[in-house]
Amino acid sequence: MTSLTIVRRIAARPSIVFDALTTPEGIACWWGPDGGPVLLAETDPRVGGRFRIRFRTLDGSEHESSGEYLEVVRPERLAMSWRWVGGEDPGESLVEIDLRAIAEGTKLTFTHSRLYDEETRRSHEAGWNGALDKLERHFLASSNGDRHDQA
Amino acid sequence: MVNHYEQLDRTFAALVDPTRRAILARLEREDGASVSELARPFAIKLPAVMKHLDVLDDAGLITRSKAGRTVTVRLSPGPMREAMDWLRRYERFWSGSLDRLAAYAESKEAEARKSGR
Repeated sequence: MTSLTIVRRIAARPSIVFDALTTPEGIACWWGPDGGPVLLAETDPRVGGRFRIRFRTLDGSEHESSGEYLEVVRPERLAMSWRWVGGEDPGESLVEIDLRAIAEGTKLTFTHSRLYDEETRRSHEAGWNGALDKLERHFLASSNGDRHDQA
Repeated sequence: MVNHYEQLDRTFAALVDPTRRAILARLEREDGASVSELARPFAIKLPAVMKHLDVLDDAGLITRSKAGRTVTVRLSPGPMREAMDWLRRYERFWSGSLDRLAAYAESKEAEARKSGR
């Protein structure tokens, strides 16, 4: 439950999905929560390289995130550190994306976790993610319930 | 006072350990349990369980109240809710982004096929 996991099945081959994730031209076409414009996209997709992306949401506010590429294995895996630039959440977090070739194209597994530190790395290595996801679903289900109650 | 983000880090740090997650999951199902009830399912000694409870207490995830010789442990839902809110904000961000990523990659795939690659 210390991480968010999203899975998408995409009708495109892994190399095309990988390039969409890592090139400024690609990022400009999809980055951001609501379809507002990407104002700046810089990437250097190799281990130790950095990215910086600035975008505007439809409410007019601008946001920028940046980080460092930690793992770059085209077209299978991407891991990067993540930080908001400016006054937003000052913590550093970790984004991991795995791409697996499937019959219809690519299965993309996306994870965003807080606590990007040694303890997190060790836990990842110890492989607790399965149990974690189960518990996450459990808690998310119950907190969604709360939201309904308030609505 | 601990600021919002320090609290989030404490919450997530406390949640990294599987025993502590199991304790919280149980307290979510049951409205309060004694320390010995909580310790029973685990193959660890009571002092080790007490240490986990200290971590959860420091992170504000549980409260402990003593009546006679029994300590009752309860879930304190505030920090957990904040942690879930943090995850949900990212879920909104990434869910919208990845939908458009999929549409973009699929249009690129269609182009590549048309040009016979």
